[in-house]
Amino acid sequence: MGLSLLTVIYLLGSVTFIVGLKMLSHPETARKGNLLAAAGMTIAIFGTIFLYEEDGVKLHNYAWIFGGLAIGTITGLMAAKKVKMTAMPEMVSLFNGMGGACAMLISVVEFDHIYQVHKATESMSLSAAVPFGHYLTIIAGAIIGSISFAGSVVAWGKLNGRIKDFSFRGQHIFNLILFAAILMAAFFLTYPSDVQHARMPFYITVGLALLYGIFFVLPIGGADMPVVISLLNSFTGVAAACGGFLYNNQVMLTGGILVGAAGTLLTILMCKAMNRSLVNVLVGSFGGKAGAASASG
Amino acid sequence: METMLSWIHANIEIIYIVILSVFLGIEVIGRVPSVLHTPLMSGANAIHGVVIIGAIIVMGRVEADNYAALIVGFLAVILGTLNVVGGFMVTDRMLEMFKKKKA
Repeated sequence: MGLSLLTVIYLLGSVTFIVGLKMLSHPETARKGNLLAAAGMTIAIFGTIFLYEEDGVKLHNYAWIFGGLAIGTITGLMAAKKVKMTAMPEMVSLFNGMGGACAMLISVVEFDHIYQVHKATESMSLSAAVPFGHYLTIIAGAIIGSISFAGSVVAWGKLNGRIKDFSFRGQHIFNLILFAAILMAAFFLTYPSDVQHARMPFYITVGLALLYGIFFVLPIGGADMPVVISLLNSFTGVAAACGGFLYNNQVMLTGGILVGAAGTLLTILMCKAMNRSLVNVLVGSFGGKAGAASASG
Repeated sequence: METMLSWIHANIEIIYIVILSVFLGIEVIGRVPSVLHTPLMSGANAIHGVVIIGAIIVMGRVEADNYAALIVGFLAVILGTLNVVGGFMVTDRMLEMFKKKKA
């Protein structure tokens, strides 16, 4: 009974997200759309807390859950109420980073769980312990969440002037190498190694992803930050969807993918509104120099 | 190849959901006017806060004596809640501002 009620709640939640997004894209209904999505989120959260069960076992640690919810709610309300109108975009960026960090931490706990369960078995490889699809959702959530978190914090710092633009020669090549290193660490160092030794490369992967997030946003000019925030926003959506895969949770899946897709389109639309292409924004410093060189030559 | 096919077969429902959601996400905001770009971004930002549900599930499954996991999970719940509550609040404030401008 409880579990079937929960699936209906999740269905309801997914529908409110879709309708909410739709209403958010029209000026007259935008505010109602936001409230509708918020209502859907609220029932989905409380439904999960009270109705979720796995193999007949309900959730526990309620004190911790409600403590976290209370702290998050109070801090979030205060931050959102106090923030000046002009500082809204940087606030959005910060909240987006929090979501990314949340996805990253979920993956860390899930990975630790696998480690705790299988660490006693001598020389058991991680690939034998977990199916590839399961590992893929964990590591993808960790990588995308980390990039989104680190990138959003840098974007926040740039918007309020704490972090200056910073780029160096060959940064794009450096970023590419860094990204390749992340994939290497995730799939050639972590997955095939023993469960006992998989921890180190896993945390290295997460660390590299955080580094990548920083270097991804650093060279992009302050004026282009809204576009970058929108892009990171869609990243976090995908990271949330990874969680949906992991727990076979439809509302996380639809919510995450919806934001991932809508966010990507929104990013492109924002670029168009500024008469620029996304590539131009992302490799702005590089493209700018090359453009200037070709113009003068 | 065979494992790939059987994986797709086993997860076909989820794959359907993903593909349809991608099209839906693109369709739903397709004709947004540019004044609404920032509020829409903020609203979408709040919606992906749905990741909090994952944090709650993680938190609720951790053994009560595994303090490292409890603390990380606790942090995840706080951050996720911040994303949800802050996200919806900021969006509401932005849209409120829009209304005043019009009047």
